[in-house]
Amino acid sequence: MDFQQHGYRATKPRARASPPSGGPLLFDDTSSGPPPMNRGQDPGVGNLFADPMASAAMMYGSSLANQGKDIVNKEINRFMSVNKLKYFFAVDTRYVMKKLLLLMFPYTHQDWEVRYHRDTPLTPRHDVNAPDLYIPTMAFITYILLAGMALGIQKRFSPEVLGLCASTALVWIIIEVLVMLLSLYLLTVHTDLSTFDLVAYSGYKYVGMILTVLCGLLFGSDGYFAALAWSSCALMFFIVRSLKMKILSSFSADSMGVGTSAKPHFRLYITFALAAFQPIIIYWLTAHLVR
Amino acid sequence: MAFTLYALIQTAILFTNAIAVLHEERFLSKIGWGAEQSIGGFGDEPGIKAQLLNLIRSVRTVMRVPLIAVNSVCIVLLLLFG
Repeated sequence: MDFQQHGYRATKPRARASPPSGGPLLFDDTSSGPPPMNRGQDPGVGNLFADPMASAAMMYGSSLANQGKDIVNKEINRFMSVNKLKYFFAVDTRYVMKKLLLLMFPYTHQDWEVRYHRDTPLTPRHDVNAPDLYIPTMAFITYILLAGMALGIQKRFSPEVLGLCASTALVWIIIEVLVMLLSLYLLTVHTDLSTFDLVAYSGYKYVGMILTVLCGLLFGSDGYFAALAWSSCALMFFIVRSLKMKILSSFSADSMGVGTSAKPHFRLYITFALAAFQPIIIYWLTAHLVR
Repeated sequence: MAFTLYALIQTAILFTNAIAVLHEERFLSKIGWGAEQSIGGFGDEPGIKAQLLNLIRSVRTVMRVPLIAVNSVCIVLLLLFG
């Protein structure tokens, strides 16, 4: 019964297996994996541990490995908050389905507010409006594979092209996030949009790109432009509605109402500029794949 | 327009160098972008120009020493590998 439970945990890492590691975490931290099995109780590999020297060496080695892991975690935590990153990957199937549907058809969704739970935003598992990084990552990788396939169909494939495509797309994401951060800083817009949120919102366009490339491959040039128009409109609507809550309504946090006369214009410009940038970059990154 | 990661690193180094070479008293004060002109009132609306001047000044202060190291590494690598 114990072994069956371990097997279940190994195949469904997102199941609630281990208790939360303290702090206001709303999701279960399953990253440390299942607890190690008691080695001495398994008679199949018991012969290895009959030798005390071998078992002592293995204990020493495992303690060294644990120390190394702690050091690496501490160093990484200095640059990037791993807990904040884990928040973005706490998703489940239902959320992914609803979010994909929302990205491609956002016109009927009513409530765009990100719900909070005692000051911390709800994880994507509980709130469809929360940004996540799972969909952008998967969409990015799928886009690269699809680009390779599209070039292979047209007999223009070579392995360097794949790497070039991947790094081009990555560089465009970095440029977009940096420009957004710069403009948000310069206009002193006080939002709670972190860097990872911006990466998430700029990664959602890859879902539209995948759809566009697929339609271009299946239905030719007309299908490509139709899918481009559809996904551009859907994505622009999605971005404007999502960021409207975060950027435009944040001046309710300012106590002075005097200096906000010029600011709503700039915030509007930022949101619409970001939205208008999406179709351009979708066209730019997919046009060469669908001749 | 295909970007490699190397192009991104090159662009970042060039941009940071460009911001770091803007001399405070020989250039920025002459065109009215000096540091002492950005300390305006103490309201919580600094404005775009003050934010930009702040950004330039902080990039200069923070990145001066790392830029020396990164530029030296770049020079050596470009000399060796063209």
